[in-house]
Amino acid sequence: MLEAQHITHQINRKTLLDDVSLVVRPGELVAVVGANGAGKSTLLKTISRELTPTKGEVVLDKKPLNRFSSLDLARRRAVLAQQNPLAFEFSVYELVMMGRYPHFEGHPHPEDLAIVDFALERTGIAHLARRAVPTLSGGEQQRVHLAKILAQLMGIEEINRPEASIRQTKYLLLDEPTTGLDFYYQHSLLEVASELTRRGYGVVAILHDLNLVMQYADNVLLLREGKALSFGKPASVLTAESIFNAFNLSVHIIHQPELDCPLIVHTRQTVPLTAQIN
Amino acid sequence: MQADLPNTLTAAPPKRSVQTGLPRAKGGWLNGLLIVLLVVVMIWSVGIGAVSIPIPDVLAILLGKIGWNIGVVEPQQETVLTVIRLPRILLGVLVGGVLGISGAAIQGLFRNPLADPGLIGISSGASVMAVLMIVLQLKVFQDLSSLSGLYALSLAAFAGAVFTTLLVYTLARKNGRTVVSTMLLVGIAINVLCESLRGLMMYLADEAQLRAISYWSMGSLGGASWDVLQVASPFLLIPILLMPRLSKSMNAFALGESQAGHLGVDVSKLKRNVIILATLGVGVAVAVSGVIGFIGLVVPHLIRQISGANHRTVLPASALLGAIVLTLSDLVARTIVTPAELPIGIITGMIGAPTFLYMLIRGAGDRA
Repeated sequence: MLEAQHITHQINRKTLLDDVSLVVRPGELVAVVGANGAGKSTLLKTISRELTPTKGEVVLDKKPLNRFSSLDLARRRAVLAQQNPLAFEFSVYELVMMGRYPHFEGHPHPEDLAIVDFALERTGIAHLARRAVPTLSGGEQQRVHLAKILAQLMGIEEINRPEASIRQTKYLLLDEPTTGLDFYYQHSLLEVASELTRRGYGVVAILHDLNLVMQYADNVLLLREGKALSFGKPASVLTAESIFNAFNLSVHIIHQPELDCPLIVHTRQTVPLTAQIN
Repeated sequence: MQADLPNTLTAAPPKRSVQTGLPRAKGGWLNGLLIVLLVVVMIWSVGIGAVSIPIPDVLAILLGKIGWNIGVVEPQQETVLTVIRLPRILLGVLVGGVLGISGAAIQGLFRNPLADPGLIGISSGASVMAVLMIVLQLKVFQDLSSLSGLYALSLAAFAGAVFTTLLVYTLARKNGRTVVSTMLLVGIAINVLCESLRGLMMYLADEAQLRAISYWSMGSLGGASWDVLQVASPFLLIPILLMPRLSKSMNAFALGESQAGHLGVDVSKLKRNVIILATLGVGVAVAVSGVIGFIGLVVPHLIRQISGANHRTVLPASALLGAIVLTLSDLVARTIVTPAELPIGIITGMIGAPTFLYMLIRGAGDRA
């Protein structure tokens, strides 16, 4: 279980997060939503140990995050970042292989090669393996980085015995993973994430598309100006009222009978750019 | 394209044909080729000079040294080879190797292919420290033929290199990214400052010191001897041997500090190691041979063009190609105007500056 407990984050007296808590159990996909500047990325960076909170603690399987070694942590959780700068022209294959770096010294083992092959196939980029990453489109690059974090977390036994669930829970932290992906790959990415949850992974994802949240998330945390408005099942957290509170936008919520899932649509009143929070 | 996406993670494991083993094989042949080339270049150039020694005689002398006599050679040839040429070639190989690999490592640290130790001021920082020490008449730095003098000078140059690297690195980083223009501008400022300090020292210096200063400014392997080699080789070998061990971490570092951290890399330890090893290499290289520019820029650039960006190949291959390029440059430097010698920095500059311009035009530095 991955828990963020009462996280408060202040920089120069500005409070970015104020007493925010979040729980991810094995097998759950937890979405974090909120307006721009609500503190979503700060929360994810705290959970990934990139930032140290001013107050509060992140706990992974009852052990505080800062008691893990960098390597142990890298084997337990992977992060899909929003920005993926790359200084040199690495090939797709080499970049995905970087996901295996926490698992070998010196040269990769045969299972590392097999896992990289699997990750390339699974994300549909095997045909790009020899290409230099900077020559790819934004969406393709995003899939390369998805393949990298799949390679980072998956074990060879998960590929050989796909039905078995994993022994030790691993966590995926996704910062706006669908940005730059077309409609097909947005869903394809969240399908991958859902499949991993079925194997026992825990996933935290910052998402902007509330309908994707409705469809894929087990729980959702709604943030507004650094405070948690509510946490729970998407259908109960995302109401017309709470969405208006968080985003200052009027919506209708329609029930979609086929998927048995609420559908959020905007009510088409004019939206002045200045009126949005922040 | 979307059709080749399997529906689930439970799809059959992929055929192993995809890419298995690709990166290792690629680096392997390149490094093998470069090793062979280096040996050929060494044996060839050791025989060329004022006294010409044919390759069979070179081999006879070298093998004779390890107790395997395959022929009689003239004593004069033997003396020239073992006392003058051999230490010089070996020093050139080590200095070239360390400049090549340090260039590649510093580019990895700055996450930018334009970060050459010469351009961004590291070599100047090292050389100005050496010059200051000589002219300010600290006794221990005076006698360069003594070992303690050379140790002290290497240490001073190393300190100068560390200081300038930290300065450029601190000033050129904003929000975890290297701002290329700032990096190059800071380099210009440091180079100008070092140039004027050197000018000041030349104004104060006496005849003998003047000669030493001009030697440090333009670079030369003319000071090579077995004594120099004995002092310098451990410091030159340490970076060459240890830096390739950092290649995995340096690859991950290309993704930025936070992503490297997510992959389990201890980022501050990596940065510290790269700065210590690369500046040790550059500092000691400057102490024994002066400022030899552009090897650290051109060589890693060429290697990346051939083999891609993987540091596991780039680091050792840059050391090997750096050794080859410097050995050949020194061959030109000491033979083109015999009996005099050109400073070697002139030759590397003539190759390097056009390459740098070419990289600027191609926009090689923009991506970081």
